[in-house]
Amino acid sequence: MSDLETFREETRSWLEANCPAEMREPVRDEEDIYWGGRRATFKSDAQKSWFDACVAKGYTVPAWPKEYGGAGLSPAEAKVLRQEMTRIKARIPLSSFGIWMLGPALLHFGTEEQKKHFLGQIARGEIRWCQGYSEPGSGSDLVSLQTFGEDKGDHWVVNGQKVWTSYADQADWIFCLVRTDKEDKYKGITFMLFDTASEGCSTKPIKLISGNSPFCETFMEDVKVPKSYGEGIPAYVGEINRGWDVAKYLLGHEREMISGADGGNTGTVGSAMSRHAAKGGDELDPVLRAELAMFDVDALAYGAMGEKFLDEIKVGKAHPAQPNMMKYAGTELNKRRHELMMSAGGSRSLEWESEETSGGKPSRGWLRTKANSIEGGTSEVMLNVISKRILDLPGS
Amino acid sequence: MPLYHDEDQAMLADTATSFMADQGNIKDQLRHWRDRDCPDGFGHGLWKQMAEMGFTGMLVGEGDGGLGMGHVEAGIVLEEIGRNLTPSPFLTSSVLAATALKHGSNDLKGRYLPGLIEGDSVFAVAIDETAKHRPSRITTRAEKSGNGFKLSGSKSFVIQGASADMLVVAARTSGSDEDDDGITLFAVPKDAANMSHNSVRLVDSSMATHTKFDGVELDGDAVIGEVDGGREVLNAMLTAGRIGAAAEGVGVASGAMDITVDYLKQRKQFGKLIGEFQALQHRASHLYSEVEIARAAVIKAQQLLDGGSEKAELMSSVAKAKVAKTAGLAVKEGVQMHGGVGMTDEYDIGLYMKRDRALQEFLGDAYFHANRVAEMSGY
Repeated sequence: MSDLETFREETRSWLEANCPAEMREPVRDEEDIYWGGRRATFKSDAQKSWFDACVAKGYTVPAWPKEYGGAGLSPAEAKVLRQEMTRIKARIPLSSFGIWMLGPALLHFGTEEQKKHFLGQIARGEIRWCQGYSEPGSGSDLVSLQTFGEDKGDHWVVNGQKVWTSYADQADWIFCLVRTDKEDKYKGITFMLFDTASEGCSTKPIKLISGNSPFCETFMEDVKVPKSYGEGIPAYVGEINRGWDVAKYLLGHEREMISGADGGNTGTVGSAMSRHAAKGGDELDPVLRAELAMFDVDALAYGAMGEKFLDEIKVGKAHPAQPNMMKYAGTELNKRRHELMMSAGGSRSLEWESEETSGGKPSRGWLRTKANSIEGGTSEVMLNVISKRILDLPGS
Repeated sequence: MPLYHDEDQAMLADTATSFMADQGNIKDQLRHWRDRDCPDGFGHGLWKQMAEMGFTGMLVGEGDGGLGMGHVEAGIVLEEIGRNLTPSPFLTSSVLAATALKHGSNDLKGRYLPGLIEGDSVFAVAIDETAKHRPSRITTRAEKSGNGFKLSGSKSFVIQGASADMLVVAARTSGSDEDDDGITLFAVPKDAANMSHNSVRLVDSSMATHTKFDGVELDGDAVIGEVDGGREVLNAMLTAGRIGAAAEGVGVASGAMDITVDYLKQRKQFGKLIGEFQALQHRASHLYSEVEIARAAVIKAQQLLDGGSEKAELMSSVAKAKVAKTAGLAVKEGVQMHGGVGMTDEYDIGLYMKRDRALQEFLGDAYFHANRVAEMSGY
C-alpha cells in the first residue's frame, strides 16, 4: 500500500471514531457553523467534541505546520482528508477568516514569533478575526483608502471607517488596512492587527437584501494601536507602509476562495431541480430543462477548470493572475445557478420565512449570490486585471 | 493524474506546434487547396509528412505498428490542427477509424493499419443519415448474403468520403431503425461495387459526400467487431471522435482569440489602439476565461478516456458542448472586433468562423450534447 493509501485508511478510521453523526448532517442554520472566538458558544456537545478532536489533531488547519497548530499535511494528504470528509459529509469544524485569510498572509509575510503567537490562536479557535479593507469611498478602488493611523512613536492613533467587515460585530480582532503615509498611494498603507474591543472601535451591522446581516460598518475613533505586541511580534504584517503587498497577496487568495475552485462552484443543478419539481407535482418546462442542461455543461466544465487550476498552482504552472479568471467565472456561474434554482423552484422558492424552505433558504441564498461578483473585487475589476496582466492589452 | 501535460506530452506539444505552424499553416494548406478547388480538400503531401512525424498512427497499438499513445496526445495534435485550420484526414482516419479498427480482426488491421501508419491511406466514417447527427437511428441495412452481406441505403455528410480508401459504415443487421442492438460496423473498401458518392463542398472548404449503397457486396471479414454488436464499437468511436473534435475546437477558439487580441493591439481608431477600450477589453477577457474552461473540460475528458473511466462519456459531451459554445463565441467576437476587415476573405478570422461552424455540427452540436448531459444526469 502506498503511503497515501495508508494515510487514507488512517483518516477514515479517525473520522469514524471522532466525527459524531450529528456533525455529518447538512448545515441548517447559522448556529450550525462554529466560528470560534472569545464569545463563542457551542450549539451542542457533538459540535464541541468534533471541534476539540480536530484541534487536538491539527485538523482545523490540516496543511499548516505542526508548530503553528496544524497537522503538517502535504498537499496530497490534505486533499485526501478533504475527500474523506466530503465522503462522510463531515462539517467544517471551524470556520474562520483567520484560517482563510489572515493565516495565509502571516504564513507568507509574518515573523516567526508572529506566526507562533497568532496562528496558534487561530488554529485553536480562540480569536475570531474580521477583515477591514473596503471603505465607504474605496470599493473597487481600494488603494484610495483614507482610514489614517497617525504615528505617535510607539503606537498609532487610528481614525476612519471600514465597511463590509464580515461579522465584525462578532469578531475579536481585525486585520485592517490603514494609511500611514498620505504622500504615497501604494507605499503608504500598513496592514495592522488590533483588538476590536479597543477603546474607540465600534461596529454596526448592515441589513442586506437577503434580510441577513453578515456585514458591518466598523468605526475607528482615536483607536490606539501599539506597534508591537511583544518581542518579535509587530502589530502589522510585512513592513510599515508596505501593507498593499500583503493586501494584494491576500486578495489573490480571497479570489481563489470565492471562485469555488476547490469544488464549491462545480455542482450541477438539473437533476436535483427535476426531482424537486416532480416531488411538488410539477415538471420542468422543456425550455427550462434546456437551460439547466446548458448550465450543467458549464458547471462540469468549470469543475474541470477548478481541478486543473489547483493542479497547476501546486507546481507553479498557473498564470499568477489566473485566480482573477477563476473568481470571475466561478461567481458568475454561481449567480446563474441560483437564478435557475429560483425558476425551477417556482413560487415555493419565494417563501421568505416558511419551515418548508428552512426560513427562506432559496430566496435568501439567491440574493446572497448577487454579492459574489462584487465582494473581493467585482467581475468588472477581474476583467480589467485579465485584460492587463494576461492578455497584455494596452492601458487606457 | 494532474490536469496538465506531463513532460513527454509537453515535448510533443512543442513539436506539434512548430510542425503545424510551419507545414500546416493557413496559407500553405487551407488557402492553397481551396484556391485550387482541390477535390480532396486537403493535401496528401502533408498527410505523408504527418506520418513521418508519427502522428497518423499515434493511437494505433504498438503491437500493430503504431505508437500506442492516448487521447491526450492525439488531442495535442488536434489542437494545433484547429489553431492552423489545417485540412487533414487526421480526425476521421487516425482517431475515429483507428478507434473502430482496434475492435477489428487481425486480418482487417493488417489490411488497413499499415497504410494509415505510412500516411498512404485515408479513412472516412459514414454514420449520419440526415442533416443532424443522430446515431441512435440507423436505417442503412446490411442483409446476410452467402458468406457475406449486401449493404443498402445511404449516408449523409461523410467527411472526405470520396477521398477515403476505406469507409467505416454503421449499418443495421437486425431490429428496427431506433434499436440500440442490431448494429454492425463494416470496413467498406474504396473500390466496392455499387457504392456511389455525390460530393459537396462545405462552408469551410472541406469535402463531404452523400454516399449511396445499392446492394454493395461485402465479405464476412469486412465486419468490424461482432455482427449485431456494433453499437458498443460505434459508441467508443463516437466518444473518441467527439473528444477529438473538441480538442480541435479548442485550437480553433484559441487561434481565433489570439489573432483577435493581436488585432486589438494594432488597430487604431479615435487616436487610440482599440484594445484600450474597456468595452472590448472586457469581452476579450470573458472570451479568454471561456477558452481556458473549455480547454480544461477537454483535457479532463481525454484523461478520463485514456484511464478507461466510465465518466468519459459524460465528459465527452460536456467537452463537445462547451467547446462548441466557446469556439462559437471566439469566432463571432473575432469577426466583430476585426470590424469591416473581418468580413473580407483576405483576413483569416472569417476562415475560423467557417471552420468552427462545420466543426460544431460534426458528431453533434452543443444542443445535442447538452441534451445528452441532461439524459445521462437523469433528467
